[in-house]
Amino acid sequence: MSVIISTLIAILVLGSMALVFGAILGFASVKFHVEGDPLAEQLDALLPQTQCGQCGYPGCKPYAEAVANGEAINKCAPGGEDTIKKIADLLGVEVQPLDENHEADNTPKVAFIIEEDCIGCTKCIQACPVDAILGTTKQMHTIIADECTGCDLCVDPCPVDCIVMIPIAQTPQNWQWDLNNIPVVQLD
Amino acid sequence: MASVIERIKRGHFGTFHGGIHPPQQKFLTSDKPIRAVSIPEQLILPLQQHIGIPAELQVKVGDKVLKGQILTHSVHPMAVPIHAPTSGTITAIKNAVIAHPSGLSELCLFITPDGEDKWRPRHICTDFNQLSNNQLIEKISASGIAGMGGAGFPTQVKVSTREDIQYLIINAAECEPYITADDLLIREHSPSILDGINILDNILSPKHILIGIEDNKPEAIKALQQATAENEKINVCVLPTKYPTGGEKQLIQILTGQEVPAGVLPSSLGIVMQNIATCFAIADAVINDIPLIKRVVTVSGQALEKPQNVWSLLGTPVGFLLAQCGYLNKDKKHIIMGGPMMGYSLPTDQVPVVKTTNCILAPTEKEISSPYSTGSKEVECIRCGQCSDVCPSQLLPQELQWSAKAKDQQQLAILNLFDCIECGACAYVCPSQIPLVHYYRIAKSEIRQQKQLDIKAEHAKVRFEARKERLARDKIAREEKHKAAADARKARMNSGSTAGNNEKSAVAAALARVRAKKAGQVESAKSAVPATPENGQKSQVAAAIARAKAKKIAAKTNPATEATSTVNNVTSKTESPTDDKKAKIAAAVAKAKAKKLAEKSLTSIENISIVKKEVNEALSSDAETKKSADDKKTKIAAAVAKAKAKKLASQKEKSITSVENSSASNKVIITETEAKNPADVKKAKIAAAVAKAKAKKIASQQEKSEST
Repeated sequence: MSVIISTLIAILVLGSMALVFGAILGFASVKFHVEGDPLAEQLDALLPQTQCGQCGYPGCKPYAEAVANGEAINKCAPGGEDTIKKIADLLGVEVQPLDENHEADNTPKVAFIIEEDCIGCTKCIQACPVDAILGTTKQMHTIIADECTGCDLCVDPCPVDCIVMIPIAQTPQNWQWDLNNIPVVQLD
Repeated sequence: MASVIERIKRGHFGTFHGGIHPPQQKFLTSDKPIRAVSIPEQLILPLQQHIGIPAELQVKVGDKVLKGQILTHSVHPMAVPIHAPTSGTITAIKNAVIAHPSGLSELCLFITPDGEDKWRPRHICTDFNQLSNNQLIEKISASGIAGMGGAGFPTQVKVSTREDIQYLIINAAECEPYITADDLLIREHSPSILDGINILDNILSPKHILIGIEDNKPEAIKALQQATAENEKINVCVLPTKYPTGGEKQLIQILTGQEVPAGVLPSSLGIVMQNIATCFAIADAVINDIPLIKRVVTVSGQALEKPQNVWSLLGTPVGFLLAQCGYLNKDKKHIIMGGPMMGYSLPTDQVPVVKTTNCILAPTEKEISSPYSTGSKEVECIRCGQCSDVCPSQLLPQELQWSAKAKDQQQLAILNLFDCIECGACAYVCPSQIPLVHYYRIAKSEIRQQKQLDIKAEHAKVRFEARKERLARDKIAREEKHKAAADARKARMNSGSTAGNNEKSAVAAALARVRAKKAGQVESAKSAVPATPENGQKSQVAAAIARAKAKKIAAKTNPATEATSTVNNVTSKTESPTDDKKAKIAAAVAKAKAKKLAEKSLTSIENISIVKKEVNEALSSDAETKKSADDKKTKIAAAVAKAKAKKLASQKEKSITSVENSSASNKVIITETEAKNPADVKKAKIAAAVAKAKAKKIASQQEKSEST
């Protein structure tokens, strides 16, 4: 008899403890709810933000959303392999080579308008995803080089082919060390 | 703090972690006075010789400049001006190889000296104690002084700190091997240096002034002690020789015992450090009104016959100085700018001396082997740990190396890569001869680049979002505008005013026309099988009646409006010519109508036949009228038509050729511009553009049709 009573007491005690802790946990999860960084946001942060649309989506964020919903991770040409690797790390999937349909050349470039040829049609202005082209109807246009992401989207709409993509020149400011340093040798 | 000074006065100094004792090699130049060298044939002045941004050019090619004349100017605190080192002519302003490890080119001023060395007017200041702090800082700023120890931080920024300064530290440690420029400067010009220190004392008013100097310069120490004997505030601190004592953070730690945290400027700890050569330049600038146009450079190395310290004008090509010191090693030009520990190899001997150049080394192959001739002797890391023993920043060089090779930027940040001062002590002791600093420099520049890209990406994102928002806003605004316009129109029409009625009737007429057409179409469709010309004509007649009615209403409501006036004009015009013309017009109208009808009622072939019949009818009527009219007239009309056709053909040809031209090459366009006037070219280009657009359209349509 006493065995049954003590078993009942044990069940009662443990049960009530479980209830109390469950209530505490439930309360805490509501009270201290953290708005987690949605996956698409994190993916968007990894993309190069050129807004070039080479992935087939109208900008980096739509592609990030698509990747979050299962789209292939290897469609970002400007990001190249580095970006693919970062996305793979984030999603915990295999690294894939860049999609064959996309250009592998991702050297940073900046658009340049040959201004004497520009007829002022504003087509490039409408195409630019970051509003980096200055100009208006029948006025010469020019590119704000600092704002240009080098996405290439203005080149195609130009009816007179006056936009060229120029690779960004190397300067002492953006130069990467690639020389051997000076080896110092112990003298006799 | 009192205890710190007492400790210093007793000659007890702190120390920093690690450090090395490389062979000094100072004997090569320390026993000879500073030599004045002649003015070279050409001076090359990079616009930027310091950390920060270049100032704006004030001169142009062909200008004659006087010694000390300002060449660039800016109000930006991080932009330091440069001055003409001697009088002469500016022969070019172009890109040239600058004193930078990359060997890349930047904008330089080329001055050909006239040999007169003629000064601009100078204002010599007899007593700098009477100048205010702002005047002193203004003079320093206008003289283009940047830190002369190696980094080249603008001095005016350092001295205009608002912090309460405890210690002004004068860096005379000169810890790198070979270099004796500061040593000789102290020995020969200690009074001027003292003036410079006093000027800094006036500006910053520190509690104590400490001069840090290594004990391997006994003569300089003696000179300094003599010069500062009367000044209680100044302490000459003789420090044990150890590399890198001259590092800013290391010297602060030795003298004050304080460690400067990462990412914190010493001024926030109440400490300002100036190089001793900078003090001399300040004295020259404030007292003698001499801007920074020359400096002492140690030209050393065993490949030289006469290694010596020289007074070099800024902009002097390195090759000129080496020639003055008897440079032997003609074939293997391995020249180092800076010391052997932190310097870099130069790509050419035409690199100019700049404000931060304290040493030029021309070593023999045995002394310091050239990285170009020997290649890398690097072998695998044996994990001996000597590098971390000598690191003055207490980092883990070996770990850093692994992460740098693996490009693991997160791990590098954890290992505090950016605290590395690139002193080279780790690479010096490495038994595997791993060029450790080299890896750190690459990693650092990669991280910096990545940061820049991240900032740019963030910026692009913001702009992209802003654009999207703008487009959405514009769309809503447009829709609202259209809606408002439509509402206004409706209100106007319902208001009962004459203009409103006029509009209303126009709308009614248009509606009637549409209805009539629809009716005609329906009828013609209905009577698909028993299609007779009467049916088509019936609908046409109905439409015509509707139109006439509409016109009548319009004319009635307001005969003064433009619409009706144009209608009147048209009618009057049509009435005035001969019957022949009238008939032609009628025929043309009939033709056009027939065509329209054909387009709309393509549902059955019969309809087409109707149209054909109609057309035939119209043509026959046309022919009848023609018969009645003059033969000549028709001939003229035909000729005109032919001429028009020709014109069109030639225009087409033109556009085609211009398309070919533009696509061929720019050169063709250039020749075309020479041949024709610019307006023609532009026309042709526009024509080409139109042609291209059409071609694109066709191509895309074809693609579409193929895909479907």
